[in-house]
Amino acid sequence: MAELTMIEAINEAMRQEMERNSRVIVLGEDVGENGGVFRATDGLLEQFGPDRVFDTPLAESGIIGTSIGLAVNGMRPIAEIQFLGFVYQAMDQLAAQAARIRFRSGGRFSCPIVVRSPYGGGVRTPELHSDALEALFTHSPGLKVVMPSNPYDAKGLLISAIRDDDPVLFLEPMKLYRAFRMEVPEEPYTIPLGQARVVKEGEDLTIITWGATVPLVAKLADEMRTKGIDAEVIDLRCLQPLDIDAILASVEKTGRVMIVHEAVKTSGFGAEVAALISERALFALSAPIVRVAGYDTPYPVPSVEDDWLPNPARIAEGIETLLRY
Amino acid sequence: MFDPNELSIEMVQILDEHGNGDEQKLAAFSDGWLLDAYRAMRRARVIDERLLRMQRQGRIGTYAPFSGQEAAQVGSALALRNDDWIFPSYREVAVCLLQGMPLEQFFHYVQGRLSGKRMPDGVNIFPTQIIIAAQTLHAVGCAWASKLKGEPHVSVAYFGDGATSEGDFHEAMNFAAVYNVPVIFFCQNNQYAISVPYAKQTASRTIAQKALAYGMKGVLVDGNDVLAVYETMKQAVDAARRGEGPMLIEALTYRLGPHTTADDPTKYRRPEEVEAWRRKDPLHRLRVLLERRGLWTEAQEEAFVAEVNAEVTAAYEAAIASPSGSIADVFDHVYSEAPKLLAEQKAEVMRRKQAKGVK
Repeated sequence: MAELTMIEAINEAMRQEMERNSRVIVLGEDVGENGGVFRATDGLLEQFGPDRVFDTPLAESGIIGTSIGLAVNGMRPIAEIQFLGFVYQAMDQLAAQAARIRFRSGGRFSCPIVVRSPYGGGVRTPELHSDALEALFTHSPGLKVVMPSNPYDAKGLLISAIRDDDPVLFLEPMKLYRAFRMEVPEEPYTIPLGQARVVKEGEDLTIITWGATVPLVAKLADEMRTKGIDAEVIDLRCLQPLDIDAILASVEKTGRVMIVHEAVKTSGFGAEVAALISERALFALSAPIVRVAGYDTPYPVPSVEDDWLPNPARIAEGIETLLRY
Repeated sequence: MFDPNELSIEMVQILDEHGNGDEQKLAAFSDGWLLDAYRAMRRARVIDERLLRMQRQGRIGTYAPFSGQEAAQVGSALALRNDDWIFPSYREVAVCLLQGMPLEQFFHYVQGRLSGKRMPDGVNIFPTQIIIAAQTLHAVGCAWASKLKGEPHVSVAYFGDGATSEGDFHEAMNFAAVYNVPVIFFCQNNQYAISVPYAKQTASRTIAQKALAYGMKGVLVDGNDVLAVYETMKQAVDAARRGEGPMLIEALTYRLGPHTTADDPTKYRRPEEVEAWRRKDPLHRLRVLLERRGLWTEAQEEAFVAEVNAEVTAAYEAAIASPSGSIADVFDHVYSEAPKLLAEQKAEVMRRKQAKGVK
């Protein structure tokens, strides 16, 4: 089994799905000859030619809007938005058009597109490149939102997303693209959308997280063991559909919940998770739910981003608060 | 240097407002075709006027009338095949009817029923677009798919002059030309985007000339001349089918009524202006021609209007007699399969419905 980085796993998923289904096409800015700014689409143009891989004009709404027409008329477009902070320019096409075609047509049309986008901080990008905007899209009925945190999941989830009949926003943590390697099966495989992963089992508290912060939380949980704290870590992997059963099972077991995400705190998806837990498992809780998230500011500049993002010190303090209660 | 004032802009016209035209060009249209075109326009006018009255009577919701634009809509739709793709805004009722939308289904839509959303299978009409210009990109993508699949279908984006100020319109024009896809951008320039007149919408003399900047052909046509619209559209469609790429057509026309039943056009336009355009009524000029040729009489007109009125009444009555749907139905077409939390919400609704008879 090959050891792949996340970006290699993503590339392999697209290549294998393009081999499997001639209707799968790739489009976006710089995805052709350049192979994508992060090399996610490297080699696809060479292998599949200019009728399957398109360097589009620089126009986010154009990329998503044409993907909708392509999808409704039988193609399976994988569109790239180069950085998630640029998605605002395509907001209508994604949230109000792609997400609603099935509903607006009474089920006559579906819109099987995948919109891939690198997101997240910690990589010293210029302004508006790092935003974690997943909550904008979990608030848009009709879209699915997937956020992998390792190479194995990235491949299996992306293949599922490409085969899915609904529009899927596939958010790739930039920081994890080449952060580590992992054994990834060469053959195509799927991971069902809507199934969380228990990263580590534990008894004392549950840490719910997704995307870029998963490896950080997993590492801290391992370190906590030496201090006698046994944390359970859940990687949601998909925010829509959400694996509510996995969340509740863990909360019932540990009674203490911390939610870690790098999007800004107010109205972040963590608020939704906390609300669901309080609706369904309030009496299983031994302490108020703690959230560690980005602060309620625009994503800041590189010199302070490490302090802005959920980091080991902030997470450790959160755990202390939770366990002390 | 490029000087927009030196652009030569000619408007394609075959039949003038008095029903006169170049005999040689007129000869290309059979009597049967002329009668079909007239009937389609008259049917559309009767339907539009009835719908407007029904809205005033509270029998349907907000409605966007299209009287005055029948020639633009009928002429363009007659140039299409039934399996071509249509991407309408909210004003393309006549186009949709000709492309296969059942009138009864339209009543479901304007009455705000869930059943009004779904076009019959095989009718390639996209859902009515509310967001201005968003559908232009869908049309380009759809045409692109036809090209990639090697299918002969043409996609048509319908929009108004206001849409040409939106970013999506420009992105769509650019993509269409870059990928050379079989799409027609059909602008019904009816002079107003709600209350904002053309002069405040854009500083370019025509919309058709905008095609130049994107590297495609643009044509200005008399949008009240059904023959000229058909002829222009036919050329665009044939070229697109031959793989010659997109075209922008500006059909110069006029919305005789309000933007929707929610606005009052007397606040933003002068009666003389409306009167001047009434004299250019697209139905009038064709009727004059038909009568002159002995193809149409007042008696035929009356009988036809009565027939359409009966059709409208029947469609309306069939729509209100059919089940109105329930809140439980809103969950069915959000995802291909309802996620757990959504399924729970539907179950909650069903429980309430069973317990209290709530719809």
